[in-house]
Amino acid sequence: MKTKYMDPYLAGFLLGMVLLATIFVTGRGLGASGALKSVVVAAVDGVAPAHAQASTFYEHYVAPGQESPLKSWLVFEIAGVLIGAFLSGLVSDRLKLVTEAGPRVSTRTRWIFAAAGGALFGIGAQFARGCTSGAALSGMAVLSTAGFVTVLAIFGTGYLLAWFVRGLWLGQKTKG
Amino acid sequence: MAPFVPDLISDQLNLVVALLLGIGFGAVLEQAGFSSSRKLAGVFYGYDFTVLRVFFTAAATAMAGVLLLGSAGLLDLDVIFVNPTWLVPAIVGGAIMGLGFLLGGYCPGTSVCAAAIGKVDAMFFVGGGLLGIFGFAEVYPKIEKFNDSTFLGPLMVYKSLHMSAGLFAFLLIAIAVGAFAATTWIERKVDPTGAPSLLFPAASHRWAAAGLLALGIGLLFVPDYKGRLLAKVSKPAFEAAHPVEVMSVDELAFRIVDREPRLRIVDVRDAKAFAASTLPGAVNAPVRDLFGKEWRDVLSPRHVKKVIVGADEAQERTACLLLRELGYENLAVLEGGFPGFERTIFQPVLLASNTPGRWDGDVKRFRESARTEILRMVQEAKASGQKKPKKEKKIQGGC
Repeated sequence: MKTKYMDPYLAGFLLGMVLLATIFVTGRGLGASGALKSVVVAAVDGVAPAHAQASTFYEHYVAPGQESPLKSWLVFEIAGVLIGAFLSGLVSDRLKLVTEAGPRVSTRTRWIFAAAGGALFGIGAQFARGCTSGAALSGMAVLSTAGFVTVLAIFGTGYLLAWFVRGLWLGQKTKG
Repeated sequence: MAPFVPDLISDQLNLVVALLLGIGFGAVLEQAGFSSSRKLAGVFYGYDFTVLRVFFTAAATAMAGVLLLGSAGLLDLDVIFVNPTWLVPAIVGGAIMGLGFLLGGYCPGTSVCAAAIGKVDAMFFVGGGLLGIFGFAEVYPKIEKFNDSTFLGPLMVYKSLHMSAGLFAFLLIAIAVGAFAATTWIERKVDPTGAPSLLFPAASHRWAAAGLLALGIGLLFVPDYKGRLLAKVSKPAFEAAHPVEVMSVDELAFRIVDREPRLRIVDVRDAKAFAASTLPGAVNAPVRDLFGKEWRDVLSPRHVKKVIVGADEAQERTACLLLRELGYENLAVLEGGFPGFERTIFQPVLLASNTPGRWDGDVKRFRESARTEILRMVQEAKASGQKKPKKEKKIQGGC
């Protein structure tokens, strides 16, 4: 059975309205990588508080007496994303523990590349001060130069390098 | 005027708002198919341009909405968060993320979405993301200098490109619609059998595209709210039709010396002129700053007479009419502007009244005593330091 997704333009319009509502009500945009950062900061602070307070990276977030880094806007928003996506998957009958990979890629290879891609995104999002959601999409909506530079860099690099890793996504299934 | 944070919505309630908006965000991403890495990666190989369609439609929708709400005066564009630009780090970070997208098949937001419906590869992606951030944090002291380089502040893209916001919005929409048409054509070439799922027939897509283009053309002519209001109140015809109360120099001098509590002097000259010399107890609010919410406490009390002091009467009138448009009452402008006050009170050469008469001696005596008293009050005010309302903070955001 082929899973039916929403019409992309309708989905885009709705996503735009969610983003617009966010900007209108809260004055800020949506994001994702910032929530992951909060999780890392909280974890490091929990395991090695001395290390966290000595580091120039963590010190912005874990000053003594400051509230937990997990009590941040983006963490709550991402918790909402988990709930919203789960409900959507439930409604559309897409809840399933599965690994999705290109036709010629084994499950293990896919896991390794997914983790590597995630790591790269984690690093890149620090330099760019946000990922596809926080820097690119939200930045474009408020016409920030950073948003457009980031989106061009992400997709430009993607197209530039796509050919070299085409084996990850293209081709015919090998085993009969 | 929106946004409602932090005035109407507290920090605590804002977290609930975040959760609700997040639910909408996650549901839409999942429904769009962003929980599938193969679908996402398709944008780089031409077999599925869903990412491009959803992403650019969303950006165009939100951008058009922001501009329209701003122009209507419903959303304060000077307060909302605009991600600042660190130019080279943004390019390098974007490039790293581009490679990450290609290898991982997700971005952070979509990976969270996919993990929520059970995609194991997405869970690995999220885990990798956490490790990546941890690694970045550990080597941060070594890369801090690069990370903070080429900082350009909260730069607007249309200013970078030297065009109006409306023109930029129109061009972006035109490019997006062009890209939608082109990518549909490419998709059919690459994979004629696997036509993407489109809920609506092609005709309604054409109508939607035409509507979007019309919106873009409309945005070309949408003026910015503050500029429009300022232009409106500066027009001679508007000024003629809306007379303002003028307070004479002597009356203001008398009220200052009298230390009248129901008097508020609002100096609308720029900060430099204000710092050089001003009247006792005056607050400095350059004309364009008057829109700010921080002046509400100072300007709202109706029983307090707000006397506007500017570089000349024309500037005072503009400020006065603008304040009236913004809903403030009990306003007056100072006759002859600040220079008029200086001439009449501060410069002893011209102490005498311009129209000699029976009261000439009294006027002279009054102005003389007012001069000493007011100059003393100015010194006192300087010594005690000027109180300034806290400038409204820009909202913090970003990742």
